[in-house]
Amino acid sequence: MTTYDSPVMRPTKDNRLPMLAALTTVLFAAAMALIFFYAPTDQDQGLSQRIFYFHVPLALTAYVAFGWGAWKALLHLWKRPEEADLESYVAIHQGVIFGSLVLLTGTLWAKISWGVWWVWTDDELVLFLVLFLFYCAYFMLRYSVDAGPSRANMSAVYALFGVVLIPISILAIRLSRTIATQHPEVFKAAGPQMSNAQFFTFCVAWAAMVSLFATLYNLELAGKRLDAHLRELREILT
Amino acid sequence: MIKARNLSKRYGEKRVFRRVDVDLPSGGFLLVTGANGSGKTTLLRVLAGLAAPSGGELELPSRELVGYLGHDPLVYRELTPLENLTLFGRLYRVPERAERIGMLLERFGLWEVRHQRVSTFSRGMQQRLGLCRVLLHNPDLLVFDEPFNALDVAGAELLDETLTELAGRTLVVATHDPDRVSELVTQRLALA
Amino acid sequence: MSYASAVAALLRKDLLLELRAKETLPAMLIFVISALTVFHFALPDGSNHTAALGLLWIAIVFTALLGLTRAFVPEREQGTLEALVLTPCDRSAIWAAKALSVLAFLILAEVVALPAFAAFFSGVNGRTVAAVALADIGIAAVGTLTGAMAVAGRARELILPLLFLPLSIPIVVGGIGASVQPGGKYLLLLVLYDAVFTLLAWGAFEYVVVET
Repeated sequence: MTTYDSPVMRPTKDNRLPMLAALTTVLFAAAMALIFFYAPTDQDQGLSQRIFYFHVPLALTAYVAFGWGAWKALLHLWKRPEEADLESYVAIHQGVIFGSLVLLTGTLWAKISWGVWWVWTDDELVLFLVLFLFYCAYFMLRYSVDAGPSRANMSAVYALFGVVLIPISILAIRLSRTIATQHPEVFKAAGPQMSNAQFFTFCVAWAAMVSLFATLYNLELAGKRLDAHLRELREILT
Repeated sequence: MIKARNLSKRYGEKRVFRRVDVDLPSGGFLLVTGANGSGKTTLLRVLAGLAAPSGGELELPSRELVGYLGHDPLVYRELTPLENLTLFGRLYRVPERAERIGMLLERFGLWEVRHQRVSTFSRGMQQRLGLCRVLLHNPDLLVFDEPFNALDVAGAELLDETLTELAGRTLVVATHDPDRVSELVTQRLALA
Repeated sequence: MSYASAVAALLRKDLLLELRAKETLPAMLIFVISALTVFHFALPDGSNHTAALGLLWIAIVFTALLGLTRAFVPEREQGTLEALVLTPCDRSAIWAAKALSVLAFLILAEVVALPAFAAFFSGVNGRTVAAVALADIGIAAVGTLTGAMAVAGRARELILPLLFLPLSIPIVVGGIGASVQPGGKYLLLLVLYDAVFTLLAWGAFEYVVVET
């Protein structure tokens, strides 16, 4: 007999959420202090260069979120653990929020540094635009299908297409560039092109951002689980 | 043939059915009754392997042993009966395909129109073709959803005969007209 | 062997249906010529050859979308997709046959569109033809999968362009790149895209059409 578990979701008891939230607060306070009082001011760009410590960690965290969502999608199709579909959705949802902030900080930085709001020669901005459109379609797909196993399957398949699209798009966008890039290349094969103080600040800022993602991810999951649990209870009572 | 325990199905917030238990041995005839909207169609789709239940336990035969006839005949309207059955015969890898198809078309009164497009057929004729499609691969488990709908008197009598002949196979039938099959029924399931 | 014969039977069915209904291919042909005509008026006088080539790629992607829109709608409306899913044949055979039929329609549309483009605007070189051929494979593979996803929802064919266009961007980059720049790196991008996404779509299709 095949057992079809109805996703009986219980609000988690060992709630790591307060711990994570506390960690995020501490890391963010440290990151802010480092960004504004410790990191040296850039000689060319001045104060505006400090947006780097938000922009790049946001982008890297968005990749983490999309990657985590795709991993959960793969797990859903492969081993079918109960909550993989929900976890995949929540990770991608957070990824889109972080991705939107990448676009926002990117255009702000472009305006200040180069005087224009949008530059097609900036690989990362273009990539995030493509990903933003892709994951918007992911939400459209999810909302157009009734909740159930086939929606979970399709969402998982589309999420997997997303992580495969990322490297292929990077390749395509690099190739499509006809003039030299304007995007500062901070990470080169020879190592990060930063002073030690800058690199340390960047690492703390990134840790804060990943911790923020983990907090928001668990917060949204807890909310969704509570919803589901409430629905179960209501069903049992009727 | 079918074992189901505490089966439930819901789409999002909407619950379709719950707490359904079925234990249908080989050769049994299960009649599913219930008002419109009680989840008959969804239950039959689950028992045919087309939809996954949301909860419970279920054991079904593998899909080449199942025949399912829904409200629609599930045939291609722009193809002829012969082309439709040849396609499905190939996909089911039916042995001696041409003979079997010829026999079924003859049996269900479609031999004369075997080269006409299904879109020119009446609803009843389409349903007969649907029956041919279901019986084509000699399934052990047959799942019929309102099979008498759209059939005229002659068609319905033909189906009566066919159901009687199918004794020995396992059948799951949902119908508003339980009297028609009452002699064959071994089990009943009423959905609320 | 039986996999190939299942694909052949399904492909034969798709081509036969198109031959009878004549729904998809004529629409694609008329659309692609109309699009090229509109593009003529959309391009200001003195626009260069490169701009026209860009429009050719837009025409190809949108013509493909038009064909893809119809690929699964009749199957879903008549419920025949369920009848196919119930058969013991591997579900990916359904995808393979559908992708091959989409590919056939697309190639036929381009057999008309490329000479028309050459007559209306300017000639196409060998690299462009090679790029179109490679792009068609990726479009058919990914488009067929997203087409099956789109018809499963309430929005039906409405969300197909949303699902498909972000995925088609590398194809457009590779296609236009191969058209305007010498060298094989853009064609290689298309080959890579085809290989990766065809494999992924082939493996993933089953999950799109079944619940379990």
